[in-house]
Amino acid sequence: MQSLSNRAKKLEKKPFTLAERAYLPAIFQGLSITMRHFFMKKATIRYPEETRPFSPVFRGLHVLKRDEQGRERCTACGLCAVACPAEAITMVAGERKKGEQNLYREEKYAVSYEINMLRCIFCGLCEEACPKAAIYLQADKMAPPRYERDEFIYGKDRLVEPVSPDNRSKRGIQLTPEQADKLRSQLA
Amino acid sequence: MSLETLGWQGLVILVLFGLSLLIATYCTYAERVIAAFLQDRVGPDRAGPYGLAQPLADAVKMFTKEEFFPGGANKALFIFGPCLAMVTALMSSAVIPFGNFLKFGDTVVHLQGIEINVGMLYVFGIVSLGVYGIMIGGWASNNKFSLLGAIRAASQNISYELAMGLALIAVLMMSGTLSLREITLQQSVPGEWHFWNIVKQPLGFIIFCVCAFAETNRTPFDLPECETELVGGYHTEYSSMKLGLYLFAEYINVFVASAVMSVLYFGGFNFPFQYELSQWLQSSRGLSADMAQNVISILGFAGLFLKIFAFIFFFMWVRWTLPRFRYDQLMRLGWTILIPLAIFNILLTGGLINFGVIAEVKQWWLTSPIAVR
Repeated sequence: MQSLSNRAKKLEKKPFTLAERAYLPAIFQGLSITMRHFFMKKATIRYPEETRPFSPVFRGLHVLKRDEQGRERCTACGLCAVACPAEAITMVAGERKKGEQNLYREEKYAVSYEINMLRCIFCGLCEEACPKAAIYLQADKMAPPRYERDEFIYGKDRLVEPVSPDNRSKRGIQLTPEQADKLRSQLA
Repeated sequence: MSLETLGWQGLVILVLFGLSLLIATYCTYAERVIAAFLQDRVGPDRAGPYGLAQPLADAVKMFTKEEFFPGGANKALFIFGPCLAMVTALMSSAVIPFGNFLKFGDTVVHLQGIEINVGMLYVFGIVSLGVYGIMIGGWASNNKFSLLGAIRAASQNISYELAMGLALIAVLMMSGTLSLREITLQQSVPGEWHFWNIVKQPLGFIIFCVCAFAETNRTPFDLPECETELVGGYHTEYSSMKLGLYLFAEYINVFVASAVMSVLYFGGFNFPFQYELSQWLQSSRGLSADMAQNVISILGFAGLFLKIFAFIFFFMWVRWTLPRFRYDQLMRLGWTILIPLAIFNILLTGGLINFGVIAEVKQWWLTSPIAVR
């Protein structure tokens, strides 16, 4: 039959030669191939000790950013929660008290902010929705595995970008001792 | 034999027994690491440094698993099967000369379990008993797959034992003895071109090697436990340490097959330039003849184990290179190729001996320096 593509390879079923029938040459050929692989570089990445590099656009664990003065940027508008297709984000909004100007950037802030990492699909829509540039998905961190389900609900203690209370003066933050304690307990 | 010699000999037996168990244990580790390396992976490296404690972890796993008895199984035979496989595997290493002898004063200790003049026959007898372990286990499982695997094992072992025996006969024609120790000593002719039997029996070695693969049920002849067709073959229904015993017996068989091949074809405990080394030790180092011989014996012991390890590596290397034979291919290879080839080898050897190309039995070793008791 005429081949349509003209690329068909014509196969001839030839009888085996003596070398082919003796198997042994082919076996040694195969053995030499596997022996080459024996000395090749291994493809394995020994995970906990070695990690493979993340892509620069990788969407990993969320972080709630602070501004240049160390204040939380989030104003608890709820746009991220609305944008979230997996409904992983919940928050409770509160009003900033007097004297907390150096903790929260806006008058309204998130008293609690929780992301359920089991629901989250890491699509990054919350990042796109945020008008205050407060939430980002880090490119170098993943949500680590846990034994209990409730350990996957990340509160502000694990989401807000840490700032060391000790170098606050360098970053222009003036905290009262009580506020420093509060921040410490948040970061703990 | 004095009581003291007897005690030393007992110690040697214990050490050899422990060594073969240890080697079989680490064969499981080596198998996984070699498999991994041949497949561009790294293999088990978590338990201990380089994963060296992996066999221990496997043993703990095996011992703590549920011990399952299939319904309708013959319980006594079900337990007896793996025991028999293990016992026969361990027994066959008794006659293998792992080293020459150590001499302290009047005490001579042979580095061999027991020296009997029908050593090779004994190995064959025990190895052919090994198939009963598989047969009984497969039958007692009350499982079609197990039984099929067992039947395959039986017919395969019988077929390949024939070719193996015929390949061996060519060696025996040259040596004129069944004693493995004497066969080894005959391969220690100083300064002769036919040094080891592999030079005189290349064809016989290839046949013997192929048959050894079939006898130990290793790939490409692992049809008795062919996972793709028979679930797990004869050990489908086995769990816990009873499965462990079957797997362990396989590795001991590999070890023994490697040892037998090293002894029969690769000079056993002989290594090149042993006489020169012995003379140098005596003349330059001032060692007594006995002490020099002891050093040579220990080096020979290590050398034999090197050869054995090389063969074990070869077994594993082949396993992770070649696919399994089909059953009819296996039978055709055994009956229509290997057996005629082995018979041809016997005729060839006979002809060569007759025309004096290969020397026949020589009693020279009785007067050889390393054969002295």
